Amino acid sequence: MTRKGRYAIAAAAVIVGAFGYLLLGGIGNNLVYFLTPQELLAREQKGYDVPVRLGGQVKPGSVQWDAQAIDLRFELTDGVKSVAVRARSAPPAMFRDGQGVVVEGRYGRNGVLAAEELMVKHNEEYRAPKPGEKPSEMYRSLMPKTPRT
Amino acid sequence: MTRLLGYDALAVALAVALFGVLAAAFAARRGEAALGALVRGSVFTLFGLTSAAVLAMVYALVSHDFSISYVAQVGSRSTPLFFTIISLWGALEGSILFWAWVLSLWAALVVWRNREVPGRLIPYTGIALLGVSAFFLILLVGPANPFGLVTPVPSDGPGPNPLLQNHVLMAVHPPLLYLGYVGMSVPFAFAIAALVAGEAGNDTWLRLTRRWTLLAWGFLSAAIIAGMWWSYEVLGWGGYWAWDPVENASFLPWLTATAFLHSVMVQERRGMLRLWNVNLIVSTYALTILGTFLTRSGVLSSVHAFTTGTIGYYFLAFIAVVLIVSLVLVAGHSEELRGQGRLDAPIARETVFLLNNLFLTAFMFTVLLGTLFPLVAEAVRGVKVSVGEPFYNRMTLPLCAALLFLMGVGPALPWRRSDLAQARAKLMMPGIVALVVAVLSAILLTRNAYAVAAFAFATFAIVCNVREYWLGAAARRRAHGEAPATALVNLIAANRRRYGGYLAHIGVVAVALGVAASSAFRKEHDATLKRGEKMSVAGFELQLDSLWGREEPQRAVIGATMRVMRDGREVGRLTPRMNFYRTQDQPVPTPAVRSRPWGDLYLNLMAFEPNGSSATIRAITEPLVPWIWIGGGIICLGALVALSGPARKRVAVRETSDPEREPPSSLPLPELEPARTA
Repeated sequence: MTRKGRYAIAAAAVIVGAFGYLLLGGIGNNLVYFLTPQELLAREQKGYDVPVRLGGQVKPGSVQWDAQAIDLRFELTDGVKSVAVRARSAPPAMFRDGQGVVVEGRYGRNGVLAAEELMVKHNEEYRAPKPGEKPSEMYRSLMPKTPRT
Repeated sequence: MTRLLGYDALAVALAVALFGVLAAAFAARRGEAALGALVRGSVFTLFGLTSAAVLAMVYALVSHDFSISYVAQVGSRSTPLFFTIISLWGALEGSILFWAWVLSLWAALVVWRNREVPGRLIPYTGIALLGVSAFFLILLVGPANPFGLVTPVPSDGPGPNPLLQNHVLMAVHPPLLYLGYVGMSVPFAFAIAALVAGEAGNDTWLRLTRRWTLLAWGFLSAAIIAGMWWSYEVLGWGGYWAWDPVENASFLPWLTATAFLHSVMVQERRGMLRLWNVNLIVSTYALTILGTFLTRSGVLSSVHAFTTGTIGYYFLAFIAVVLIVSLVLVAGHSEELRGQGRLDAPIARETVFLLNNLFLTAFMFTVLLGTLFPLVAEAVRGVKVSVGEPFYNRMTLPLCAALLFLMGVGPALPWRRSDLAQARAKLMMPGIVALVVAVLSAILLTRNAYAVAAFAFATFAIVCNVREYWLGAAARRRAHGEAPATALVNLIAANRRRYGGYLAHIGVVAVALGVAASSAFRKEHDATLKRGEKMSVAGFELQLDSLWGREEPQRAVIGATMRVMRDGREVGRLTPRMNFYRTQDQPVPTPAVRSRPWGDLYLNLMAFEPNGSSATIRAITEPLVPWIWIGGGIICLGALVALSGPARKRVAVRETSDPEREPPSSLPLPELEPARTA
């Protein structure tokens, strides 16, 4: 192999190595873990101030929604442990007690998870609405008097 | 009846595809004429049969034949006709059926367009496409059979996924994506055929395949932009790209295909990069199949991942076959794939193309790693993770800046040989303009370093590319005394591939500007309003006029009518809505957008009191967002211009001569391309 060829291969190896190092370092620092409240609390110190995605149910009776201040507080539970969540956004339409939700944000040292994103986990399987769950019944005052069906 | 017709058409199509592949092995001994006729016959028959199956499915959907499994899965009597028809690609089985049809369409077009090309290349390409079709037909008669029997026959079905029937863009994005994705099978088939036929050493196959690749690339570009637009219009978060694995899946082959469209020029002119180009084609194809695996196998949960099942293993096996066959063929023909040219000088257009390929490949690996990492982490360590957006942004923004820079440098440098003085002379003016823009935007607009850099590099690229038109047209004006507009039209007409390419560059810059401005200057404000109350965002005053409900056949709609005011004067009304489909307990947000060339006002109804007393509205302003969609249009226009050039008559061209280097006699050589005659 010529000298030039050797240099070229060495240069390519350095470039690929540096790029790979950057990539792996970058990915390690930007992983978002999917956790349950129990798993989050078990991480103790490691659980603070890193991006997490927390899944669970809305603890019945814990929801406080201040519409004027756009301030939503509730507790997210997995049945064992629960974590307080605060979101500066409106609750999604089907957000209610017992609903499965996924919250993305950071768990602060004050013991509150500051949510950047709040998603309702919806069922893939179709289920007929129970009486009172149809939009036309839930939002009767908004619907025309004689609903077209 | 419809069910049997559709299923039988698919079964016979599979038999035809397999027969075509096997019989070709025998016909090959009886001469090229017999082989060509056999392959053409098989491909056209295949196209007829898959068309029959697609028509049968559309008929079944429209006639609400719920005895057919796919119709029972996605059909509903209350869905409007339009969305019933497009639900053809709204779930797994139908989308594979549509895929197989598009593939047979591409195969038929390739075989028909090249019917007069002598030799074994085209028949072998047809055979490769028949082989690929056979894979999808195996899926269709087996694990993804859309024509299954349902007993007892239900009286009605759930209808398509609400997200997929909430916007008309659903009629646009999937077909474009299939045309682009599946279209990448054509260069792959050409490459395989050239290797098998032992013709990879001359560049005939590459010349024949270039236009097909460009066409598929144009469709893929349009599909990605349409997908961003759909996400923006339907998902209600005011964004268009989140580095979601399914978005990445469409983007990965685009990156390698873009690299190929550039590096192919280096091979055509200089005979270099043969092996590299074959690898790019194979990678592009493998990435389309990987993307289909990711989005169709259920390893990811998203609107694209329809069902879980065994189909993922079929795709993995197919990817393995594609890679092994390609690797063996490439290794067996490495001698033919050896490049002949060399770089003459470090400062020349070739170098820019090499760097462009390097960065696009690095880009592809970055996105690929981020996309696959969660799957590997879950398989190996059992943890569920996702890769956050900061990873992608931090890694890819420097690459984007470098690519924008090269996009400006490339057109400015001649082929073969240049020197620093020439490069400096050509790049000085755009560089100064870019610097001025950077300083001005840092002073006047933002301290966000990313945004300032994006504006500077985008300015540089756009000045360089627009100047090429300017210089070319000016040369024509001097030489022929043509009016400016005539000169520009004639300039483009005389060298469509080149100026189409620059047009695509300008489109990409428009997209980059739209993305940079809309993410750097996005303003967002949430407020809960009672009727008559106002909120303000970025110079707009928004007043809640009324909150209303409406029943439609397939859904219930809750809407908020908002008055949009500026300086106390009403300038329009927007009605963000929530659509409640019967099949899903979660409503589909339906934002309302007021779009102007300088930016969008985007309103989304976030929540409302069931008694109608108040509504929570999210108002977002994003400057220059429409330029992402307009830029997508410009990219496609550029691809069309490049495609519209006359087809090459001379097929077997030696690599030292290139028709484009000998422009029609009426065209004066632009004076800034002296090296062309070197």
